Amino acid sequence: MRPQVIPPSSLGLARASSSTKKADSTHGHASTLLDVAAIEANAHDHRHSDAHARPIPWVTGRVGAVEALDVATPTLAPTQPPALEPPPVRRDPAAMALAERAATASMNAALGLDEHADFAAVPAGAVPVAGAPKAKPKKIDPKRPGSGIPARKSIQTLVWVRRFSQVFFFGLFMFFLLKTGFRGSFAANQGEAIRLPYPVEAFLLADPFVATMTVFSTHTVYRGLLWSVGLLALTLIFGRVFCGWICPFGTMHHFFAWIWPSNYGRGGSRVEANKTHGYQRVKYYLMYAFLLASLAGSAIGGLFDPICIAVRAIGLGVIPALQYALGRGLSEVANVPVRPVQTVADKSQDFLATTVWQSHQFYFHQTWFILFLLIAVLFMNRFIPRFWCRVLCPLGSFLGVFARFALFGMEKDHAKCTDCNLCLVNCQGADSPQGGVKWRQDECHMCLNCETACPEDVIKFRFLPNRKSSIQKPDLQRRTLLATAAAGAAAIPALRIADSLDANYHAKLVRPPGAVEERGFLERCIRCAECMKVCPNNALHPAFFEGGIEGLWTPILIARIGYCEHSCVLCGQVCPTGAIQKITEDQKLGRGMPPIKIGTAFYDHGRCLPWSMQTPCIVCEEFCPTSPKAIWVEEVEAEVREKTFGAAGEAPAMKKVKLQRPHVDPSLCIGCGACEKVCPVQDQPAVYITSVGESRSKTNVILLENTNYNQKT
Amino acid sequence: MEKAPETNPVSPYFSRPTRREALVRLAGAGGVLLGAGAVSRAVWDRGGIGAAVSQHSGTTRDFRLKEGPADFAELAIAKGKADEAGKFPVVEELVRRAVDAVGGMKHFISRGDIVVVKPNIGWDRTPLHAANTNPEVVAAVVKLAYDAGAKLVRVADGSCNEANRCFQKSGIWTAAYDVGAEVILPAEHRYRTTRMKQEVLDEWPIFTPLVDADKVINVPIAKHHNLAKYTAAMKNWYGVLGGRRNRLHQNIDTSIADLATFMRPTLTIVDAIRVLMRNGPQGGNYDDAREMHTIIASIDQVAADAFGCTLIGQHRDNLPYLAMAHKRGIGTMYWENLKVREV
Repeated sequence: MRPQVIPPSSLGLARASSSTKKADSTHGHASTLLDVAAIEANAHDHRHSDAHARPIPWVTGRVGAVEALDVATPTLAPTQPPALEPPPVRRDPAAMALAERAATASMNAALGLDEHADFAAVPAGAVPVAGAPKAKPKKIDPKRPGSGIPARKSIQTLVWVRRFSQVFFFGLFMFFLLKTGFRGSFAANQGEAIRLPYPVEAFLLADPFVATMTVFSTHTVYRGLLWSVGLLALTLIFGRVFCGWICPFGTMHHFFAWIWPSNYGRGGSRVEANKTHGYQRVKYYLMYAFLLASLAGSAIGGLFDPICIAVRAIGLGVIPALQYALGRGLSEVANVPVRPVQTVADKSQDFLATTVWQSHQFYFHQTWFILFLLIAVLFMNRFIPRFWCRVLCPLGSFLGVFARFALFGMEKDHAKCTDCNLCLVNCQGADSPQGGVKWRQDECHMCLNCETACPEDVIKFRFLPNRKSSIQKPDLQRRTLLATAAAGAAAIPALRIADSLDANYHAKLVRPPGAVEERGFLERCIRCAECMKVCPNNALHPAFFEGGIEGLWTPILIARIGYCEHSCVLCGQVCPTGAIQKITEDQKLGRGMPPIKIGTAFYDHGRCLPWSMQTPCIVCEEFCPTSPKAIWVEEVEAEVREKTFGAAGEAPAMKKVKLQRPHVDPSLCIGCGACEKVCPVQDQPAVYITSVGESRSKTNVILLENTNYNQKT
Repeated sequence: MEKAPETNPVSPYFSRPTRREALVRLAGAGGVLLGAGAVSRAVWDRGGIGAAVSQHSGTTRDFRLKEGPADFAELAIAKGKADEAGKFPVVEELVRRAVDAVGGMKHFISRGDIVVVKPNIGWDRTPLHAANTNPEVVAAVVKLAYDAGAKLVRVADGSCNEANRCFQKSGIWTAAYDVGAEVILPAEHRYRTTRMKQEVLDEWPIFTPLVDADKVINVPIAKHHNLAKYTAAMKNWYGVLGGRRNRLHQNIDTSIADLATFMRPTLTIVDAIRVLMRNGPQGGNYDDAREMHTIIASIDQVAADAFGCTLIGQHRDNLPYLAMAHKRGIGTMYWENLKVREV
């Protein structure tokens, strides 16, 4: 016979148990509820009784019986003088349940002590456990700790399917992200309308939190957002599988929670960290606050949507940073005077420029902040595994609310639990898979790690599970909930009385072409940065505080970095919420209708070469894309002073030069910013665009003719 | 390990280091100091402004044939005339006629040459806008070059608008790819800073695929240009430059002359199938262009422009860059002095 008891020494579980013990011993009142002497006696018994030493239900025939199932005592007891150690009370599942509750005192309101009776009642055979007395014995794996009962084959397979799914969907997300940018093709016809071949915004379309926000703010479901019902359906069947199986941002956190914890975050502290904590409610409060903010007219919750964050932080931060580093590095390598080395460097640059990024470096306005927040939230995994998913994610909490209806779920047989805590070691959602406490369906990511880890056949995932051992609803405090939701609703008017929208609208808040009117824009824009990523000229940027706090990371056009390409409509194509409408080339260029204007150009005569320095230039006119050009030139003959004194020392003479001085026709100017981009006055251009005259606004206009909405073309 | 030194005062902790230990410590400190001093001295910048002044005169990229053409025309104009049915000859036919008149492609291209064809792919416009070189002209030139034995024909340009859109919408990407050319889009890493040492153009990033070749054929489009009045062959070399080339417009005529001095193509083939008459250089309305069904081929890019400007009603005297180039001896602005043939 193999040793009766294998202490769970692998995976640092020895430390795990000792820390658990410490936690228990600090909660004195938990042990006061127990008959210490009886447990001691029991524990002593087990050492000598074969039946108790292998407390496996189909061996003992006592399925579901609540008794002290002691695994650790035999190895621990001889090494420790019993008088010095507090009694190992934690080995009784029922006692464990109480201790657990005492430890998570904040949950007592929801899990009153009266519920303990449920646990006591459970073992009487009420729970239809899969491993019934007459079930055929399972093969015992001697390498597994505890009783060594292996997980069901189906679950072992599903865990691998889940891993594959995570890699696949993360890959798909990255593929779409890299394809969010126009790369021409030799295969395309000259007349072909330029669109992206892939639905690169698919992850956002499937996001029910985004859909709900925009439904609350606009009372409509915009086009492809109907797909989010599919994800909701998935949640109604399987619970939060999106979080554990699909979410690319969740997969990143899964990965970093796996590699980042040092010794500090392993073993006992990891088990502790993976227990359910009160701070996990924060995400629900945040989510409700954002939904109420949407009801008040602002989809500001996109700041916290995980898909939006992933697109924004990877697309605007990680990829350009890698491009910068690799581009510089490979350029240095290309300078090495060895031909094969140069060829390799050049070919790598070619490959990267045509597949991973674009042919020129992209820069994004104040993107350091976006990148910093990404790194910060990833780093939090060192202290709280999957910190983002458990504590902040509003999409996760949104799905958590609906997880209560899930048909799939966990049931567990507390009686069999030996409190080895193996289930907690790799728990992703901190959803209390361990025995003695109720499983939290709303927190569970359905990763199935707990059932795989359980050596005692306690945990079972199945359809229509018994709900005695689980809690379906989020455990929230009503007052906090009401307060945070109200704060979310109140935040929007509070932000708007600051002078960012109705009064003192920022001149540089130039929105993309096809953007709806500013209020409607704020109702829809989820700051996902798809438009900024796709913009071929690097013209669209995340606003910092140009539009107030509410406008953070909404798209603005910074013409100095890139101008709006005349015939390009890609930002509207990728916008998932209709903040930028899917306009056609005809609408944008104004074929058979007035063109879409995003602003108007102005000259700074003091800096303009022909205007103030009597020097020919008009690059702005050359780049002006409209026909007839909105920039027209006035031919003048101006006087300019010679650069030297006369021969007899007299004052420098004056000479005449012919100049073309540029003017803007505001009724033709579309505000694309090409003039500002190419102005040779490098630091602060002599021609610049501001938002006034944008065709989406009825107030932000200059000309009377643009105020007449019945105008003919 | 070592025995305690004799001068041990009260405390056992207060012992002197051994001689050996003291020497090691001193050597360590001294070594770091010496190393830091040596490294600093080696890379010491004594300050002061002053770039090294090179003694060389202006650099050029000369791809012209060394021997002059025998009996061939120096400027050939192929004009397509409508037949009875009102149909014009196909573009490829016009290109072939013009090139044959100046000696045929075999005369210019040797077997195994790497040939660069440099069209104007500056703008996000379709061929009907006539802002970029006609794709059929580009394809015809590529075909002629391959037929003449070129090992590789490369089509490249540095665009003004977003390059992917320009290459795709101009139709040149498809057309050139279909006839087997290597199409290269501008990318940051393909530019190399080069000392041109011309009058106003000194140090500029150069689009290397355009100059790393045996032969270069300039295939511009004849266009109106508001600042330079008319542009085609000589101005087409703007596509060679990277960086902020918007500065060049302050002295656009000298810049064009400088570029034409720097780049001496093997052959110039001007596309005047559709000519942009106004709103240059990018047009925008189909009405801005007019059908002319003309191809100009020449070994003299100055003469090609001097003749070409007449197409949009300009005169060579209004184009200062022609006079500058003429004075520098790049070519002649008096095209009628050349051997001209209309075919």
